[in-house]
Amino acid sequence: MSARGLGPISCLALLLHGAIAMAQDHSHHQVLQPATAEEHPEEPGRGEEHATHDTSPPPSDQPETPPMNHTAMGHTMPPASDQPRQPIPVLTDADRDAAFPSVSGHAAGDRQLVSFVEFNRLETWNADEGTGLFWDARAWTGYDVNKLWLRTEGERIDGSTESADIELLYGRAVARWWDLVAGVRHDLEPGESQSWAALGVIGLAPQKLEVEATAYIGDSGRTAARLEVEYELLLTNRLIAQPLVELNLLGKDDPERAQAAGFTTVEAGLRLRYEFNRKLAPYVGIVYERALGDTADLRRLDGNDIDDTRVVAGLRMWF
Amino acid sequence: MFRDSRFGRGGVPPLSRRRFVQGLAAGGVLAGTSWPRSLWALKSDSEQQVLAGTNFDLVIGETAVNFTGRTRPAITVNGSLPAPVLRWREGTTVELRVRNAIPESSSRGHETSIHWHGILLPANMDGVPGVSFNGIGRGETYRYRFEVRQSGTYWYHSHSAFQEQAGLYGALIIDPAGAEPFHYDRDYVVLLSDWADLDPDALFARLKKMSDHDNFYRRTVSDFARDVQRSGWSATVADRLMWGEMRMTPTDLSDLNANTYTYLMNGTTASGNWTGLFRSGEKVRLRFINGSAMTYFDVRIPGLKMTVVAADGQPVHPVSVDEFRIAVAETYDVLVEPSGQDAYTIFAQDMGRTGYVSGTLGARAGLRAPVPLVDPRPILTMADMGHGDAHSAHDADTRPDASQSDAEHADHDMSTMRGMNHGGGAMDSMSTMSDGADAMQSHPASETDNPLVDMQVMAPASRLDDPGIGLRDNGRRVLTYKDLHAAFEDPDGRDPARDIELHLTGHMERFAWSFNGIKFTDAEPLKLNYGERLRIVLVNDTMMTHPIHLHGMWSDLEDDEGRFHVRKHTIDMPPGTRRSYRVRADALGRWAYHCHLLYHMEAGMMRVVRVEE
Repeated sequence: MSARGLGPISCLALLLHGAIAMAQDHSHHQVLQPATAEEHPEEPGRGEEHATHDTSPPPSDQPETPPMNHTAMGHTMPPASDQPRQPIPVLTDADRDAAFPSVSGHAAGDRQLVSFVEFNRLETWNADEGTGLFWDARAWTGYDVNKLWLRTEGERIDGSTESADIELLYGRAVARWWDLVAGVRHDLEPGESQSWAALGVIGLAPQKLEVEATAYIGDSGRTAARLEVEYELLLTNRLIAQPLVELNLLGKDDPERAQAAGFTTVEAGLRLRYEFNRKLAPYVGIVYERALGDTADLRRLDGNDIDDTRVVAGLRMWF
Repeated sequence: MFRDSRFGRGGVPPLSRRRFVQGLAAGGVLAGTSWPRSLWALKSDSEQQVLAGTNFDLVIGETAVNFTGRTRPAITVNGSLPAPVLRWREGTTVELRVRNAIPESSSRGHETSIHWHGILLPANMDGVPGVSFNGIGRGETYRYRFEVRQSGTYWYHSHSAFQEQAGLYGALIIDPAGAEPFHYDRDYVVLLSDWADLDPDALFARLKKMSDHDNFYRRTVSDFARDVQRSGWSATVADRLMWGEMRMTPTDLSDLNANTYTYLMNGTTASGNWTGLFRSGEKVRLRFINGSAMTYFDVRIPGLKMTVVAADGQPVHPVSVDEFRIAVAETYDVLVEPSGQDAYTIFAQDMGRTGYVSGTLGARAGLRAPVPLVDPRPILTMADMGHGDAHSAHDADTRPDASQSDAEHADHDMSTMRGMNHGGGAMDSMSTMSDGADAMQSHPASETDNPLVDMQVMAPASRLDDPGIGLRDNGRRVLTYKDLHAAFEDPDGRDPARDIELHLTGHMERFAWSFNGIKFTDAEPLKLNYGERLRIVLVNDTMMTHPIHLHGMWSDLEDDEGRFHVRKHTIDMPPGTRRSYRVRADALGRWAYHCHLLYHMEAGMMRVVRVEE
């Protein structure tokens, strides 16, 4: 170890220190304080150690030290050699016994299972037919790269479920900001329940746009897609506006559910939340929803509105 | 200039109303054993427990503490938080019997350990479970026994998951075999640390779920409007677009701050006002130790110059400063000569400027001097992160403090970021970089397309002469690594025969941390040959600052010319830096090597180093 051999060297260095302080080259070390008398008491002690332990007095060093200036001090001398100034201790069996004890491996937290649940939107509003309730929640459990995702979204009006789906996805981080997800989606409403295979991405697009894009394939050639993009606009660090757009797409007409191929619905919302703490934030928002393309025509034919604007109040929370 | 405490403090810190920043005046360990102070006791009137000699019995248990108004369990040594000051003497052989008395009901696990930070010893005495030994099971006693081969200020702490952040840390003072290299009349340990009421496991999980939980300083719409007014629409938009492109936040200075932590000085909150006594004209040695889990402190004593005489326990040429930044796990010994005032404030604010802890040097107990305001919060620039040329950070030095001129920042960012059409790291057009940039930094293949690496530095520099983010041009003389000159020659003297380059990597959002993009569990040990002299080159590919600690051997930091500069056990690596140090592999065995931000270590920024014959 070094402290043992450090004795002679630091002794030398400190001896020189006083001398150097007097002839100090201030241009190099303005910060250096003049050596004080107190520094010298070290020498006797270090000297003893020198005599006792020093196995490699480097006499060749000494001629080089007197002209030393501050740049040289402690840095450049002597010319590097293959031999260490302090010899490397010769190993004993005791050293070897102490070096590699049998151990069971270090328990690190870098594979710790983490679980997360978030209600991004959980809100209610006054609908014509009664009280509306909407939820959009996601949860994951897993590790940095591999995760199991659960997502659900749905709407209830006046106690009856208008739409509800749930997805179970395996997610894998494939790029710096993107997780690839694959799994199944099951729609409980509207109409008869139906299932889809799902493939998509969850991630953070440039400018910190939070993106979820998923494509679905059902039986008898049905296809669909859903895109959700949201952003956080900080009015203050606790009062946060969240614009969100959700777009739905269908590959094949679905008369049973009054939907046609193409873009079916778009929802645009602006929610203003206040983060009392990070985990719990009540919000109010305004949401505009509209049927698109042929789906809009179908709704018109049925005598339904094709758009709807609602004022919502809700809670955003995670744990 | 001093004030009696009943008149309150000089300044009104912006966070002073918050109970958990200052903590309770009478906080701390609720029930502890009182240990007699020995002959070697520090000349202190504080309540620090000091154990000295060569034989020690340390009992690790769970103790109720209260720093914030809430009673919480802490892991303690002999019922004390911080753990007792241990005082050894160079050249003696110490024996420490450490018993695990953590109750079964504890959430902190059944195993414990003590690691002697910065101490040279046989590998099986180093105290890292699974690396140096198997830990100390409940009810068991482990006997540490080794020769003390160095002197200076060090510390010790648990290396078992999350026990250090729960309170198991203490000062370790080793008196030299001979006389001290400097004279002083009084000697105090000033151990800084961070306390969270939240259970460390829950805190780690929270970081994984929402890493920016504590960043309540993100730029808002009104900041945007102000910046537009000051520096124009296009510069401001371009600045926001750049950060948006990287998906990062320039106010992200530390993962955790005073929104989570209460800062402690010798186990006392600012309200508790730890006090060290002096008589006018005396020379006082203050042994600063940063025993925090995650907090860098900037330390100063308004009205006093501090003469730094040792870093990480090793003597340096004395350097007189007003302020220094102390990375997690570092130690600095300073000498001060208070006179002319009856009281001085020891002020330690966190690097993110969210809180502080303070204590007092007083002519008698109960005095207080004015407590400064926490400094304005700095804002990271692209240059800070090594995305501009090496000189850019220094350009910043010539300007007013960052946070006082956000508008200029926008301009500054622009100037250093011109031509950067990157996707969060990869720079496509180096040719447009301003002059002086080093050759483009290359990166290990394991970082490429690695979803756990969110950034790569393009033009890192050593920045040994940089006081650091938030400390540039603050009107005070701030210590830099360049100021630290070892007071002794390179004890080895050989030139390194080979280089090992390691990149510090991570992903802020996923809170994953690693070396070279490979987490601890997935990484092979780093192999060194017994007796060799090698150079470790670290490159920081993250926007955070990391204190890197190698167990068992010294880290001999090199200057910009590649020469031995200062001997340390923990090397601070700010964002945008590339620093090198020499290692003499004279300690056979398995050693831990890791970031000392404990949640980064836990998340994977750790390796095992094997020194083999």
